[in-house]
Amino acid sequence: MSEPVAGAPHHDYEKVLKDSSKDVASFDTDKPSALHKFRHFLHSNPSAVSLIVLVVSLTVFGLTLGGKFFSAFSLTLILQQVAITGIVGAAQSLVIMTAGIDLSVGAIMVLSSVVMGQFTFRYGLPPELAILCGFATGALCGFINGVLIARVKLPPFIVTLGMWQIVLASNFLYSANETIRAQEIEATAPILQFFGETFRLGGAVFTYGVIAMIVLVGVLWYVLNHTAWGRHLYAVGDDPEAADLSGVNVQRMLISVYMLSGIICALAGWALIGRIGSVSPTAGQFANIESITAVVIGGISLFGGRGSILGMMFGALIVGVFSLGLRLLGTDVQWTYLLIGVLIIVAVAADQWIRKAAR
Amino acid sequence: MTDIQTRKPFLTGRGLIKRYGRVTAIDNADFDLYPGEILAVIGDNGAGKSSLIKAISGAIRPDEGEIRMDGELVQFASPIEARKAGIETVYQNLALSPALSIADNMFLGREIRKPGFMGKVLRKLDHAAMERMAREKLSELGLMTIQNINQAVETLSGGQRQGVAVARAAAFGSKVIILDEPTAALGVKESRRVLELILDVRSRGIPIVLISHNMPHVFEIADRIHIHRLGKRLTVINPKDYTMSDAVAFMTGAKAPEPIAA
Repeated sequence: MSEPVAGAPHHDYEKVLKDSSKDVASFDTDKPSALHKFRHFLHSNPSAVSLIVLVVSLTVFGLTLGGKFFSAFSLTLILQQVAITGIVGAAQSLVIMTAGIDLSVGAIMVLSSVVMGQFTFRYGLPPELAILCGFATGALCGFINGVLIARVKLPPFIVTLGMWQIVLASNFLYSANETIRAQEIEATAPILQFFGETFRLGGAVFTYGVIAMIVLVGVLWYVLNHTAWGRHLYAVGDDPEAADLSGVNVQRMLISVYMLSGIICALAGWALIGRIGSVSPTAGQFANIESITAVVIGGISLFGGRGSILGMMFGALIVGVFSLGLRLLGTDVQWTYLLIGVLIIVAVAADQWIRKAAR
Repeated sequence: MTDIQTRKPFLTGRGLIKRYGRVTAIDNADFDLYPGEILAVIGDNGAGKSSLIKAISGAIRPDEGEIRMDGELVQFASPIEARKAGIETVYQNLALSPALSIADNMFLGREIRKPGFMGKVLRKLDHAAMERMAREKLSELGLMTIQNINQAVETLSGGQRQGVAVARAAAFGSKVIILDEPTAALGVKESRRVLELILDVRSRGIPIVLISHNMPHVFEIADRIHIHRLGKRLTVINPKDYTMSDAVAFMTGAKAPEPIAA
């Protein structure tokens, strides 16, 4: 904006402005301190914190444990162990970026995997079709969440808390608490275990589940940063009213996010069959908490509108690195939980501190 | 301003009525906006001026009465529809997403996609084109003290945010811009810049409706002042013929305007 024309104040009270400093609306020209710059860097790169923590923890465990930890085998083992959390965490990230929360992710994952298994074995459907039915189940659960949240305007916490119980109970009622054994699946419908198949690159062992997680996160990163849908997702999480006035259809946006979350959970359900080999209605009980942990450690703000999906993946990996590293050190497993608890609180505190960079 | 009476108004409201239960917020109100003018709308709190503006910007639907734009009867079911017809509203809370960049905000809800396969199939946004256009629009309005078009809106000052919001409203071939209290949250100097920005937008021929409580600002830039009282248009005055005290007197009912007034 141009400076007001000097010498021609429009109002009496503006006359005194003539001698005041002219750079009120321009930017801070003071040299910012190194700490300040660092904070600004973190503010504009929301996944940097978790990446730094990941690198530091890898280095520390690598130095203390040496080759036992720093081998291609152990490092890819971490990837295999976080694949499910990473996929569910991707669903959770999308929801949390809209300032919501999805407590039903784990339940939707298990129900979808049970549908995939039971449709194949109970009704004799071709496994490909059963898998599609599993995805449809996930999408339907997400759609119900989305409609209750966006149209009925119930709080996401309550809706998904209820859905968690409903979906989990349906899962037990429908499956009659019955597990489909791995050998059966292997014999008749090996495609259900597809994501558990492994391939080797030197000493590194990858499963297709790991590839699925990495591809999914990559695709979502693209969608969030380079499509209108992605920008709208951030806008809705940031300030739904402002997004609405700017022409974003907030209701449709929210419903599509919860639906996509359900579909990604179904993918996780498929990957879960690969991971454990069997179809078990009691599997994946901790997926909720693990996904939220990955999201929070990954630096995605629980207030919505901020964060990067890459951060979530780094967050999931940090948890994986701590679990494996501490196990190899031979410590009590409770130390892992204790440290992850500390990490969660530190991550949120860091998020608050970084947000102040904006002011 | 005498010739304005012979011109045809661009946007008119006739006999507008809006009731909320037993409260009548707009009581048979009229409204006229002429091409290329700044029309200030003033009124005491509760006079119904924001309801009137909401009816014009599509945020509420009047129960009765008609709104015409360029002679055509129009009905807006939502602010989005009004915007499509060319009526842009800059809300008091600015409707910007703080964490998104200036360019993202300017194009929110009307993004440009890349041509060809990338845009059509992969829905890839053309960030470069949007940034270029955003920069052009901001420099046209003399707002380029903002160096980085990719900086988050939350890092801008109040005046700069107002500037981005006004630039967004003016950027997309709009026909009418409604500004709701544009200087209310600003300091003295920033207010001055925003007022200049408003005059600049008018000089492009876009008529502006200005809702403001700040009498000095209203009297400085408005071509005509619409005074709203008890849900209807009391009168329209020319700021050159009346003092601020007169306007306040009309607004509060301390004084009745001469009946011939526009």
